[in-house]
Amino acid sequence: MRLTLAQREALWAFVFLAVPLAFFLYFRILPAFQALWLSLYEWHADPAQRRFVGLEHYVRLLEDPLLRRALWNTLLYTLLGVPGQIVLGLIIALLLQRTPLGRDLFRAIYFAPYVTPAVAVAWVWSWMLSPHFGLVNELLALLGIPPQPFLQSPSQALPTVTWVVVWQNLGFQVVLFLAGLESIPRQYYEAARIDGAEGWKLFRHITWPLLNPVLVFSVVIGTIGYLQLFTQVVNLNFTDQGGPLNSTLTLALYIYQLAFLRFQLGYAAAVTVLLFALILLITLVQLRLLTRRVEV
Amino acid sequence: MKSQARLTSFLVLFLLLLGSGVMVLPFLWMLLTSFKPFPELFALRFFPQEPTLENYRVVLRETGFLRWFGNSILVASLTTLSVLFFDSLAGYTLARLRFTGKNLIFILILSTLMVPTEMLVIPWYVMSAEKGWINTYWGLLFPGLITAFGVFLMRQFFATLPQDLFDAGRMDGLSEFGVFWRIGLPLVRPALAALGIFTFLGNWNAFLWPLIVVQTPEMRTLPVGIALFSGEAGTAWNLIMAASSLAVLPVLLVFFFFQRQIIEGVVLTGVKG
Repeated sequence: MRLTLAQREALWAFVFLAVPLAFFLYFRILPAFQALWLSLYEWHADPAQRRFVGLEHYVRLLEDPLLRRALWNTLLYTLLGVPGQIVLGLIIALLLQRTPLGRDLFRAIYFAPYVTPAVAVAWVWSWMLSPHFGLVNELLALLGIPPQPFLQSPSQALPTVTWVVVWQNLGFQVVLFLAGLESIPRQYYEAARIDGAEGWKLFRHITWPLLNPVLVFSVVIGTIGYLQLFTQVVNLNFTDQGGPLNSTLTLALYIYQLAFLRFQLGYAAAVTVLLFALILLITLVQLRLLTRRVEV
Repeated sequence: MKSQARLTSFLVLFLLLLGSGVMVLPFLWMLLTSFKPFPELFALRFFPQEPTLENYRVVLRETGFLRWFGNSILVASLTTLSVLFFDSLAGYTLARLRFTGKNLIFILILSTLMVPTEMLVIPWYVMSAEKGWINTYWGLLFPGLITAFGVFLMRQFFATLPQDLFDAGRMDGLSEFGVFWRIGLPLVRPALAALGIFTFLGNWNAFLWPLIVVQTPEMRTLPVGIALFSGEAGTAWNLIMAASSLAVLPVLLVFFFFQRQIIEGVVLTGVKG
């Protein structure tokens, strides 16, 4: 049998895609449905003792005070962290654009934490923020500020963890904004100056609207990251993960604890379905609200 | 006017230096602490009074640190090679070959980007338990071997190339795989470099899945090893900081050598992705 050229091409396409397609079906799509299926069962290592419970776990979601706490904390991290790293990132990018010297060196310094292992970074900050012998409190003492409990205080722990994450993500934001700023044609500014615009007005009417694509990307990627916060929370307070008093507990950490410390895999799967729905919903709303056409 | 511009420059530099201090100080403090003997931790001096390498000796000799380091190198390298090969092959096929069902397959692959890892780790764990993958290298490796983001990225890059190049390759008698390998791949080298760097870093730093799948000390990856070692070390911050330094310094060293390429890679993937 002779194949036509088009048939030959299609045949090769399926040969090339066979392994990737099998991978995605077996390790991504199938497990996603398995998570849904698991959430309807009371899990047991012995398949004979797994019990179908229907939507029971979803009813339990509504009444679980720890889940409510984890959900609230996760939203709080996102609301503090995303605007925090975007504002700081934009300020630093604008400064870098104007610096008379050392631009590449500064950019590398700000970016360095982004490539270092989050686990190691969290332990370094945990030591820096130690209430009694931590460097941060020593520096505060020089300024006459009394020592702070930071990670050991239920009210300060969450903002402190957020700070560590912002510190680590900042360089990524800076580099994105810097690339965005450089892609704005100089002529726009020159034309606006001829029309008499200065300083804040240039920023408000040229820089900000033209940075919109970078901003949308940063908000969406940043939000997805904060909604899945896990590594820093675990390592910053390793002996009391999610503490003190569950004040730093996140959805991802709660899922981990439910599934792998308490072996309630069915209920944990229901929480992952909630997380999935949350990420999907927030991302869609953000894309809807933030994306706008820029006409120049 | 001129003096005002000079003042602005000065202010910009001052603020950037201040910010750099905040970025560098934790690394500096990590290094300084790692050279201090235990009692000096609480002596409130910035520099070590009697600097020692003892902490490094303890970490390197009395823990599985080198093994964890090797495990991380192995897992991150194999994953990266697999991602580079399969993601570019799939990206190439979806961008350049004509066949029915192409869009459906592309959408299917892209849709997996929406599913958070947290949702997958529980089924992965159940699957690994059934198949005996817990605490094995395959268990550590399998979730990352092909990535939807990489397929998407490579497809975007292959889509921008002119068709003539590929047709010429076919005229010269190259096989379909030869066209991809000899003509396609060399033209998307910057994208491959960026994807490779990010895949390696992502796997080098990965924590959640290794923490779940690893059960014995000798199978730990570096992040899991550091976390569990530090958890046991209690207030021996000098040891914890020595271990952290050993994990952080190689990455920082590689970063400062290739910082231009790495940062351009971020921009490339950020803009295209």
